[in-house]
Amino acid sequence: MNKPLRRIAIFCGLLVLALLIRSNWLQYVQADSLASDKNNRRVAIERYATARGDIIVDGKAITGSVASEGLDYKYKRTWKNGEMWAPVTGYSSQIVGATQLENLEDGILTGNDDRLFFRNTLDMITGKKKLGGSVVTTLNAAAQKAAFEGLGNKKGAVAAIDPKTGAILALASTPSYDPSSFAGISQKDSETFSKLEKDKDKPMLNRALRETYPPGSTFKVVTAAAALENGIVDGIDKATDTPDPYQLPGTRTDLTNQHGKCENATLREALKVSCNTVFAKLSDSVTNDKMIEQSKKFGFNEAQLDIPVRAAESVYPEDNRPQNALDGIGQGSNRSTPLQMAMVSAAIANDGKLMKPYMVDQLRASNLDVIESHDPEELSQAVSPETAQKLQEMMETVVNDPGGTGGAAKINAEGVTVGGKTGTAQHGVDNKELPYAWFISYAKLGDGSSPVAVAVVVEDGSANRGEISGGGLAAPIAKSVMQAVINSKK
Amino acid sequence: MSSTTNTSTQHTSTIGAIGAPSRRNTELALLAFAVVIPVFAYANVGLALNDEVPAGLAAYGIGLGVLAGIGHLVIRKFAPYADPLMLPLATLLNGLGLVAIWRLDQSALLQRIGQAGGKATNQLVYTAMGIALLIAVLIFLKDHRTLQRYTYISMAGALVLLLLPLVPGLGAELTYGAKIWIQVGSFTIQPGEFAKIVLAIFFAGYLMVKRDALALASRRFMGIYLPRGRDLGPIIVVWAISILILVFETDLGTSLLFFGMFVIMLYVATERTSWIVFGLLMSAAGAVGVASFEIHVQQRVQAWLDPMGEWELSKTVAGHSAQSMEALWAFGSGGTLGTGWGQGHSELIRFAANSDFILATFGEELGLSGVMAILLIYGLIVERGIRTALAARDPFGKLLAVGLSGAFALQVFVVAGGVMGLIPLTGMTMPFMAYGGSSVIANWALIGILIRISDTARRPAPAPAPNPDAEMTQVVRPS
Repeated sequence: MNKPLRRIAIFCGLLVLALLIRSNWLQYVQADSLASDKNNRRVAIERYATARGDIIVDGKAITGSVASEGLDYKYKRTWKNGEMWAPVTGYSSQIVGATQLENLEDGILTGNDDRLFFRNTLDMITGKKKLGGSVVTTLNAAAQKAAFEGLGNKKGAVAAIDPKTGAILALASTPSYDPSSFAGISQKDSETFSKLEKDKDKPMLNRALRETYPPGSTFKVVTAAAALENGIVDGIDKATDTPDPYQLPGTRTDLTNQHGKCENATLREALKVSCNTVFAKLSDSVTNDKMIEQSKKFGFNEAQLDIPVRAAESVYPEDNRPQNALDGIGQGSNRSTPLQMAMVSAAIANDGKLMKPYMVDQLRASNLDVIESHDPEELSQAVSPETAQKLQEMMETVVNDPGGTGGAAKINAEGVTVGGKTGTAQHGVDNKELPYAWFISYAKLGDGSSPVAVAVVVEDGSANRGEISGGGLAAPIAKSVMQAVINSKK
Repeated sequence: MSSTTNTSTQHTSTIGAIGAPSRRNTELALLAFAVVIPVFAYANVGLALNDEVPAGLAAYGIGLGVLAGIGHLVIRKFAPYADPLMLPLATLLNGLGLVAIWRLDQSALLQRIGQAGGKATNQLVYTAMGIALLIAVLIFLKDHRTLQRYTYISMAGALVLLLLPLVPGLGAELTYGAKIWIQVGSFTIQPGEFAKIVLAIFFAGYLMVKRDALALASRRFMGIYLPRGRDLGPIIVVWAISILILVFETDLGTSLLFFGMFVIMLYVATERTSWIVFGLLMSAAGAVGVASFEIHVQQRVQAWLDPMGEWELSKTVAGHSAQSMEALWAFGSGGTLGTGWGQGHSELIRFAANSDFILATFGEELGLSGVMAILLIYGLIVERGIRTALAARDPFGKLLAVGLSGAFALQVFVVAGGVMGLIPLTGMTMPFMAYGGSSVIANWALIGILIRISDTARRPAPAPAPNPDAEMTQVVRPS
């Protein structure tokens, strides 16, 4: 019986061999793909096992971590004043994942970034716990607060930039949401999230970055820049050849003005009282091609503007003549994000040089070592310094001259000059919906440097149509944001 | 089988390791390792989970040590020439199993669903009962050939054990499950684990008597020997019973185990390859046939082919199980070296994480290296069992040893293969490591019998007629 016994021994050996091969297949060949499978709960457990690193504003953390209620997730994210900061941070939720900065800088925040590998390995050897790094933003807490409180319970958005560097100082959007309210994994978190998602006021939409509006009269600044750059007008104080009303080219539609004397007005006067006729005609004279070219230099038609959160594309499309004329006053088919209009204002304040906007200054490891830091980057020379000078002069007239539409943004502090432009953008079928109130501006200090440029949009700010205007609703918010930045510099 | 030339004054009529050293001290030294390794593992779990050496470390170490020590002393006294590896290997697996069960006891998730908490203490009690049974086997079973007397009683006993789960009011229907448990008071018992041993005794006794008829009375056809029609009877009966198990208890594993064991023993008894061919054909036909109408079996096969799809379904559809995929993730997450004791998340397997699926915990926390070591330990036990069969001097002992070892190997393959996704999953327990009284107790008894056979096999040749009883049992009465 020994021969079959030996064969059985071999057979049993083969059974064990098959198991050994299978375990090698699972635990060596397929180990990585199994271990990092997104459905493998260990991935999430690992992710929430350490306190998430923080997002920093003005040296203080605006986020935190608390013990999670689940059985296997240890920590969950919290935000300090989440409604105010949500447009900056995005959310990081155990149930729906992460967005915006929380998502883009996830590697640093969780401590899993490749750049932290060496450090993590060292820590593992020395027995230290892995900790998340921090994301230091460029935001200015006072400016953000001014923007958020200025918007109050109105729908709208504010974007403020440091013109010299492109650093984003404020990024507010209302109505907002508190990301802490669905950071966990409970039923309640899930319900809160789906309620927010279904809300018709879209509280989770980051209006400052991700919503485009017709820019309205604020766009006249761009039209003016194009006219000056292309030599369509000789100077800002020379009369233009403009009829009032102005018949849109190739149509029988008359374009009129809201107020002021606009017939043959100078460029300065036209911007001051926001003449539609003058800028529509200028846009037509510049031509669609050149208008697109100028808009592009200010940052329009760029699908991939990452700050590092991607902003929606602001567009100045190819259009026929009448539409292009309307584009010139921001009422055609061109659209802009609040951030884009802040960039226009910033480029003008920075003598024509457009800096790339950014909001992450530094990425730091848990021991505060700097992993990456941002160097200001020039996007383009939007207009020549001379043109920028002229545009500044005109924008300052808008704010400072009696009868200018932007008087509400004037800051009565020594050496501070404000330049701005109002806008009241009609929209909807036959312009029946409540208009958007716009204001873009910058502030200059006594030494000629400009610390802040800002764009404000207020959507449907008031039930009373007559009361809505850029100068009335948006300018005061812009003013308080600029003031907050100036005060924090002192 | 290597036979040494006998130069002593003893009889020369027997083959075997005559005058071989007893190797009891080897066993003791190995046993020390088998106790110390799980103790360190236990301390490791405590340090990883609670940053402290667990309070029960001393009690656990002493408990395991004492149990193994008593086993060793009894072997020294009653089976001095036994194989020295079996007790240490089984002790090591049992000890590591206890550690893994204790580690899963700490999981809040498993505690909440009633799958953990105090299970390690229970398991230690079962281990004590198992070793008690091992001792009883060694003390009361002076010669394994005694078992031969109980051939047909064993058959009846095995049938009763196998059918018990089907008795109304006695069978316990557990979640996801095969009907292989019975409920007695607050205990659930898996009679199949005991049936394995009893059935091996029956097969060994039966085949020893019938083997000549089965081997010789056959016609040669196309190179293989075809058995006579009437000799096909037994294999068809066993086949039919295992099919019935598959149909009524919906358990592919148990069915495969018993049929496989029978085919192995039949092959060894007759030395006819044709039986293997028949066995494979019949089991394939049976499995495919049953799978064509049994939904439970189809589901298991489906879960094996597409564990990810089954995992997705389990979130919404009742009756589907996430376990297969969760187990694969556990193995994958362990990687080559594992996460270390206490640092994995095999509790995500939830149901049966500490019993049928316990290998996944080892896979995750000890990694590929740990799993390979454990599989090799199982392999070693099996090979020592077959070596015992080779060394045994009587056909009954040979058949019994190879039957038990073969069944043990098949069980390890079916369970580990199922958990690792090599074959469809079936509800069986990993011998010695999995939580569960029946399994631990039955496997210690199995080891007890193998130790007894190996002692007889390695014992120096007996003095003339030392055991008249054994002589009696060698008289074969044609039935």
